[in-house]
Amino acid sequence: MEEASSAVEVTIPPKTGAFKEWASDQKAFKGVPWGKAMMWIFLVSDTFVFSIFLISYMTVRFSTKVEWPNASEVFALHVGHVSVPLLLIAIMTFILITSSGTMALAVKYGYEKNRKMCAILMLATAIFGASFVGMQAFEWTKLIMEGVRPWSNPFGAPQFGAIFFMVTGFHGTHVTIGVIFLFIMARKAWRGDFDTGKRGYFTSQKSHYEAVEIMGLYWHFVDLVWVFIFAFFYLW
Amino acid sequence: MAEGTQQHPLKIYFFVWILLFVFSAFSYAVDYMQFQGFTRWGLILLFMILKAGFICAIFMHMFWERLPIISAILLPCFAILVFVFIMWHESYYTQLVRKLYFLITGG
Repeated sequence: MEEASSAVEVTIPPKTGAFKEWASDQKAFKGVPWGKAMMWIFLVSDTFVFSIFLISYMTVRFSTKVEWPNASEVFALHVGHVSVPLLLIAIMTFILITSSGTMALAVKYGYEKNRKMCAILMLATAIFGASFVGMQAFEWTKLIMEGVRPWSNPFGAPQFGAIFFMVTGFHGTHVTIGVIFLFIMARKAWRGDFDTGKRGYFTSQKSHYEAVEIMGLYWHFVDLVWVFIFAFFYLW
Repeated sequence: MAEGTQQHPLKIYFFVWILLFVFSAFSYAVDYMQFQGFTRWGLILLFMILKAGFICAIFMHMFWERLPIISAILLPCFAILVFVFIMWHESYYTQLVRKLYFLITGG
């Protein structure tokens, strides 16, 4: 990594025992750029936020006397005359996984300093992400038209609406923020900021390709959260 | 590959990508085939953990990280399981109290 001026200088000592590294009286996370460590710490805290949403969902679902709405039917779409269960949700899941794949490749090409591939793949990720948010908006509209509110709904337990809007809304917000940053990052990569080490507008820090991996961590986390929402909220 | 830089062959990304599609299709099939009860919950959890594991390990490169950062990320998450355990029991208690209340008041 030393040859490129834009790379973060990370000195990587040989691996020793984990406890030795923790107790080395220096950096605990050796070989990890500070930006990446900070993103991981943010993601751990975000994990707690989403866990609390899902745990409160579990609590209200288990403690309610009223039957919980059948997600398979609530989120079904009519194709012709056939009602396909969870169709839109399945498409959204596949779109998010596709976007995760393109992001993983963008990170890979970022490390190879392949400017164009990195930018194109990040742009593709952003477009997939935007289409995901679009479908979520469609889903919200459909449910609101059917009379689902945070305090009541025509299908069963009134808590269903509160949990649905809270959890998918918070996840959708994360996706939206991710899409905005992906567009910014794709532009930066395309312009060659990561090669020239151009200083960032807000941070005045030199740009480097590690930023692509940090972006990737955030995006994969959004996909990861969806895996749990899909399992617990839509399939359970 | 220089240690510390996350450069890995293209093959592994495509392999995981395809796996994620397959697992998603399977978990959708669980709903589509209308499995119920423990079969349903078991399969949902299985595919969920597999997907989450592969995303975390390969796409987020955790598999190649050093133990100090891996443990700093993963160990706090076990606290969540403790919280789940507590609230699981709390919710059944709440339900019991509600049922008793409605039984007594005839609601």
